[in-house]
Amino acid sequence: MSTELPNPIRPAFTEPTDESHVIVNIGPSHPATHGTIQIVTELDAEKVVRTDVHCGYLHRGFEKECESHTWHNLIPYVDRLNYCSALINDFAYCETVETLMGIEVTPRCRYLRTLLSEYARVADHLTCVAASLMELGAMTAFLYLVTIRDYIYEHLADLTGARLTYSYGRIGGLANDLPEGWLERLAEILEQYEEFVGRVHGLMDRNRIFIDRMRDVGVISTADAVNWGYTGPILRSTGVPRDLRKDTPYLAYAELDFEVPVGIKGDNYDRYFVRMREMDESVHMMHQLMKMLPDGPVTVDDRRCVLPKKELVYNEIESLINHFKLIIDGPQVPAGDCYVAHESANGELGFYIVSDGSGTPWKVHCRAPSFVHMGGAHLMLNGYQLADIVPTFGSINMIGGECDR
Amino acid sequence: MNANVKRPAPALEYLTTKKDELVGWARKFSLFPYPFVTACCGMEFMSVSSTLYDTDRFGAALPRFTPRQSDLLMVVGTVTHKQAPILRKIYEQMCEPKWVMAFGVCATSGGFYQNYAALPGIDKIIPVDIYVPGCPPRPEMVIDGIMRLQDKIAASKHPIINDKF
Amino acid sequence: MDNGIVEKLCEEFGSEGASTSVAHGIAVIELDRGQLLPVVGRLKEGHGFDMLLDVTAVDWPGREPRFDVIWHLYSTRHFVRVRLKTRVAEADPVVDTLTGLYGSAGFMERECHEMYGIVFRGNADLRPILLYEGFQGHPLRKDYPKQQEQPLVPYRTTRNP
Repeated sequence: MSTELPNPIRPAFTEPTDESHVIVNIGPSHPATHGTIQIVTELDAEKVVRTDVHCGYLHRGFEKECESHTWHNLIPYVDRLNYCSALINDFAYCETVETLMGIEVTPRCRYLRTLLSEYARVADHLTCVAASLMELGAMTAFLYLVTIRDYIYEHLADLTGARLTYSYGRIGGLANDLPEGWLERLAEILEQYEEFVGRVHGLMDRNRIFIDRMRDVGVISTADAVNWGYTGPILRSTGVPRDLRKDTPYLAYAELDFEVPVGIKGDNYDRYFVRMREMDESVHMMHQLMKMLPDGPVTVDDRRCVLPKKELVYNEIESLINHFKLIIDGPQVPAGDCYVAHESANGELGFYIVSDGSGTPWKVHCRAPSFVHMGGAHLMLNGYQLADIVPTFGSINMIGGECDR
Repeated sequence: MNANVKRPAPALEYLTTKKDELVGWARKFSLFPYPFVTACCGMEFMSVSSTLYDTDRFGAALPRFTPRQSDLLMVVGTVTHKQAPILRKIYEQMCEPKWVMAFGVCATSGGFYQNYAALPGIDKIIPVDIYVPGCPPRPEMVIDGIMRLQDKIAASKHPIINDKF
Repeated sequence: MDNGIVEKLCEEFGSEGASTSVAHGIAVIELDRGQLLPVVGRLKEGHGFDMLLDVTAVDWPGREPRFDVIWHLYSTRHFVRVRLKTRVAEADPVVDTLTGLYGSAGFMERECHEMYGIVFRGNADLRPILLYEGFQGHPLRKDYPKQQEQPLVPYRTTRNP
């Protein structure tokens, strides 16, 4: 094609502040920026003077799509926000709608949601640490962690039917209960996790090169982090133990015994270590939950949102009409608005929904932690070397689907 | 039939066919992918490149993160209108011979994102050789896609000296 | 969640003419757009709401004024959230920016601007962030058709592959 391709962005600066500086564009098709972030940097030799971070290359119109689907039909869209830990998105959204409808889920559902949220958190942190280690050159650690992650994916495929984007949460409960033998396999996977992660610790933690590349790089202070909206592992790496699971417990977290790991300096090494320790805490929580899981149904018996059993649908006219209305019109959610936040792998994942009383939402807004973190990314990138952009960016764990929605 | 059509000598045809087979064999087992990863399918791409499913068995292991050195453009994940000029530029920067794999249903047809933001399929802006649907596709499907692409490469013509040989 | 703080906030701000309520555990303060900066300043300094979580807008096309602009604030000391709501008309969709108080407001206001057309007075950088240069219109408004695409690269045709 001989025609000039248009530039989709307008950078904040096109002229360097000094004639010896150079403006270099990184991304958006770049392995280290996870393919969807563009960083326009001004460099003084190898030192980064200022950056302009551009996101939006994966903006898929999540909010607009949600407005034309029923409350149930949009659950697959919600999955694909933070696709590394899709179950957390499912449960956060379902809980928001349940809060607005005034539904309380069954005890078994609560514990299962907690268990699966922690499982998804482990998968997300595995992905983040594996990707950032690979970008530093540690291919072995990447392969170990991705192998465990793959076992987790296959295991979740046994439960939900899909490896990555599960659409497992339902308003009022879950899609189905655990199959036979699922918890035994979970125990096996958690043992293998211990072994593999132990090896990664052995390779990385006291590795001179790793420490040199990650210590004192990408530092952010607590005051800056709070002002710029950081939550999750990044805020915890600065030294404050802020975690929604402890501060404002939801689901079954109030009954579990776990610690909130914090860092000391807010640099890349701390973020790596906070994530590794959080995975260990999640595994500890899962062991507790496996013993605590009560029996009972996984969905509430509420005709407003839960589909009736198939035998009833085929035999009774009321259930048939109920089923029909739920599928065609969607569950009728009372008018109003609601904001519920869960502690996802990246921080505070909030859903703000507005209902006009019908079966399709008026607005579903996702408060995405990655998007807010990108707003302050320049604080961690400016002043460091060009090569530090790669590990710093990897430790922020920007997930494109969540950032750009 | 048509006596005016110039046909090459049978010996030359035999040579061309054998040359095509040889070059096709070499090219299909030494694919250098450029993983243009955007979204969720990237997680499955990581899985398929790793130990359990392994694209290295097919020669397609080493990703080349520059289009100048790669020959298989794997478009992994949704391409939005904002990303479209970038994709087009990357495609144009690759040298012949090049192949394009649309990995995932968003790259194939836009998936279930039928709105103002997502490009409804990358074949709207670049030609595609193999479509691997799935949301995301299982790693076995991706490997099936790579194998079919390899069959396609093996069966196609590979002019190396001029456009006839 | 500390419900005592939620009630105290409602009392304090309710007595000044802003309408307050509690929705599912969150204090909601509906105010006039002129009161935004003073109220947020007091919430930040006086009540410890040190994190701006979210800025968004809701479009009610039949209603006048058309848009609701919504802010969510969080206190990392007391673990409480508060929602601020204000209404702006389509003809004059201007509110004050919070970038002077919270750094996180930058990106969020840019998104709200490009999606709904809300202008944040005082924010010098309202470039499109999720959309691209040259995109006409505000897609999250109810009158923007969902499938109206504005491609940057012309589609291939049989004549121009």
